[in-house]
Amino acid sequence: MLSGINDFAVKLANVNGSGSASANSLIMQAIFRMGVPVSGKNLFPSNIQGLPTWYEIRVNRKGYTARALDYDLMVAMNSQTYARDVSEVRSGGYLLYDSSWPLDPELYRDDVTFIGVPLAQMCNESFREPRERVLMKNIATAGVLIELLNIDGAIVEKLVEEKYGRKKALRESNRKALGLGADYVKKHYSCPLPFHLQTMHENDDKILIDGNSATALGCVYAGATVAAWYPITPSTSTMDAFKVFCDRYRKDKQTGESNYLILQAEDELAAIGMVIGASWNGARAFTSTAGPGISLMNELLGLAYYAEIPAVIVDVQRVGPSTGMPTRTQQGDLFECAYASHGDTKHILLFPANPAECFEFAAKAFDLAERFQTPVFLMSDLDIGMNDWVTPKLTWDDSYRPDRGRVLSAADLETIPKFLRYTPENGSAVAPRTLPGVSAKGAFFTRGSGHNKFGGYTEIPDEYQEVMDRLLRKHKEAAAFVPAPVIRRRAGARVGVITLGGCDPAVREALDILEEQGSPMDFMRLRGFPFDEPVEKFIAEHEFCYVIEQNRDAQLRSLLILETSAPKEKLRPVTVYGGFPLSAKNVLDFIGTQVEELDAIYR
Amino acid sequence: MPSIAKPLVAHPSLVRNEVGLTIRDYEGSMSTLCAGCGHDSITAALIRALWELSTPPHRIAKLSGIGCSSKTPTYFVSGAHGFNSAHGRMPPIATGANAANRELTYIGVSGDGDSLSIGLGHLCHAIRRNVRMLYVIENNGVYGLTKGQFSASSDVGSKSKKGEANRMTPIDPVLLGLSIGATFVARAFSGDKEHLVPILKAALSHRGFALVDVISPCVTFNDHEGSTKSYLHTRQHLLNAIEADFVPAASEIVAEISRNGSTSVTMHDGSVLRFTRLPEDYDVSDRQKAFAYLKEHPGEVVTGILYADESVEDLHEANQTPREALVNVPFEKLCPGAAELSRMQEDFR
Repeated sequence: MLSGINDFAVKLANVNGSGSASANSLIMQAIFRMGVPVSGKNLFPSNIQGLPTWYEIRVNRKGYTARALDYDLMVAMNSQTYARDVSEVRSGGYLLYDSSWPLDPELYRDDVTFIGVPLAQMCNESFREPRERVLMKNIATAGVLIELLNIDGAIVEKLVEEKYGRKKALRESNRKALGLGADYVKKHYSCPLPFHLQTMHENDDKILIDGNSATALGCVYAGATVAAWYPITPSTSTMDAFKVFCDRYRKDKQTGESNYLILQAEDELAAIGMVIGASWNGARAFTSTAGPGISLMNELLGLAYYAEIPAVIVDVQRVGPSTGMPTRTQQGDLFECAYASHGDTKHILLFPANPAECFEFAAKAFDLAERFQTPVFLMSDLDIGMNDWVTPKLTWDDSYRPDRGRVLSAADLETIPKFLRYTPENGSAVAPRTLPGVSAKGAFFTRGSGHNKFGGYTEIPDEYQEVMDRLLRKHKEAAAFVPAPVIRRRAGARVGVITLGGCDPAVREALDILEEQGSPMDFMRLRGFPFDEPVEKFIAEHEFCYVIEQNRDAQLRSLLILETSAPKEKLRPVTVYGGFPLSAKNVLDFIGTQVEELDAIYR
Repeated sequence: MPSIAKPLVAHPSLVRNEVGLTIRDYEGSMSTLCAGCGHDSITAALIRALWELSTPPHRIAKLSGIGCSSKTPTYFVSGAHGFNSAHGRMPPIATGANAANRELTYIGVSGDGDSLSIGLGHLCHAIRRNVRMLYVIENNGVYGLTKGQFSASSDVGSKSKKGEANRMTPIDPVLLGLSIGATFVARAFSGDKEHLVPILKAALSHRGFALVDVISPCVTFNDHEGSTKSYLHTRQHLLNAIEADFVPAASEIVAEISRNGSTSVTMHDGSVLRFTRLPEDYDVSDRQKAFAYLKEHPGEVVTGILYADESVEDLHEANQTPREALVNVPFEKLCPGAAELSRMQEDFR
């Protein structure tokens, strides 16, 4: 790939816990404010201090901001990973290293330009406290990058001012460190590099936000009042953000009175139990978790499904099975969530692809959960949830009112002879519910044991099946209410590509490249389960479809095979599941193995 | 006797409480438990206590887990919403329900398998959160529905129906509650309704989590010789250490000083517990004294309100939620709106 103005990728290799994150976000935010399309991917360890961590920044004037294809500049600041980091720079690229110590000559490359800056030495001479020396080394590195990449100094200055405005000493240290790096590199090297930044205006209507914050904001806007959770990577920041937003919007500044209640549960079994209890009582309640948490929640998810109690579950997926790799991304919980719990169960899933959809779908999840009186899963992942994404500004319609589904009031109950909990009205698959505390006439016994359409206990086959069959109809009814797939067609396309969630930018980029190479393919990004008619239609219209997803077992493909009439042979698995966000390169590498077959179709 | 339906008609001479209901209005459907089951006596005591407190049935929420005890919410207050949830999981479900609507009266009914084995962690954390609810453990030392396995409350040496002796040390819910900061701890015997009813009324008036351990013999699997949870053994070892009258909030309170000076506890709702029997030097507000007394009486079934503290804030007070239920807060007060969304996004640039 050729790089140039506003088209390059930088990878920063660091040791975690050394303060590199604030320097990384400073650079990322500065590029964003220069109006240039950009993405930042944090590839971090499951650890607090001392292990390797990387941050990848991709700049692309055309807006391709999936994970980079290769690296133009490596900022190699971690001796533990230096050998691998050196090998990852593209031929003709650059490597920035700390020249306070000599380089290992064996790791030198002729096709890469080495830029040495004595960062540690300068910081040791300029700062007194040992911790400050370590932290400011990162900021000095940012100073070097400002010059090498032509980052707007005034914007950086403003960011430092905003961040440390009141902490004068810290602000001055940052300025000094930035200056150290910038001055040295200007004096000793030709700046900027051939690939660098120039101001654009692509970000005027955009924000820089992570998916977990957007999800939390969606929950606030949807009117969620009860949240229950157990801390788990990578979903923890969802509840952290929910608390921050609630403190801002739901707390009376004078009295401290709070229109929300967050329960940090003893485990995920309890967290989902609390959500179910609160929803049973009529509150909008949610939990946020990851795959291991869903495993624990399976028992009560079946209860919510069978007793027909709304619940919203945010699953920020990480690499499984078992503990897996907690700080790496995957889409491996599709099966676990689609059929969570024992017995016949089927759930509603929503697949956001970016923070804007996290916000929109979070609010939607509550509407669906209440309308269909059932658990709804928001299937985010670590890449979407924890990385900052350049996102169109979020919007909200003030005419929105929660869809509470059919809930009978005391007055409604007066108009009927007897309330029968699981008997639906006029052809719908959903039966009206009542809330505790409203009327003795609406009282009934919620149970996870066998029940008939009147809500009574049963062990009679016909009565049991009647309720179970209605639950299946209810799930099918939901297909028309989940967000429709995003479909993009191309002239001459005969092959389709199906994907979901955070694969979106990488797949779209790969399809643009494939079209240039003479293999146009149609694109469909699924946004919800159960699948509606357009999904079947798309598959039927193509010779075959690649299903691109981030798990080993092609779970989305399996779900399509099980839940549509599409023949198995028409769905070709493309799986990338090592734990890093998808790159167009992953897709192209796979398609490269299919050349003969594609040639037969297209030529 | 599940095949017999209860008559719907109430005798006109039945006394009506403050909300105009007779005790029949607090009943539920016919019990399907074994004849003579201690749990049915507890159900009867609950019916009596709720009727006497004049709690409107629709303002009650009854929750349970799984097991014989967990079936009982069907047998009282049919005008209240009930939730027969999953084994051991009632405490979190009750916690969530309480979080959403603090205005209702929450009654959790559990057993020793439900609370002391599969749901032990949940019980502990509901205690720690001081969720305002009555939590009854119908404690019979045995798994009834699965036909006679020892439970975690079985005493060492207590024999199963087949004659096998339990070797593991028991978990005593009263000692557990006292040790992790429960704010109301009582023990009672299902066969002693006279003392059980005022304990339940006090527990229902408590500011937070009220733990009531009721020894409730299982006539089918644990009422034989050699069992320490049988009717006979419990009666022989019963020690009614502490007795109290429950005086409702509106009543005139006549202070009486007992010989040791400890007299009464005023509950959060203004009702008063007036102690008519207390051991020498006992203080219901002193956790250590409760521990000491229980240790001094091994092998005896010490009953009464053993500990009560009305000074600890409950879940809602600790979280500063409004006085009204969260479910009744209008959406307009919850959603910050489009203009604010637009403004606040400046922080994300």
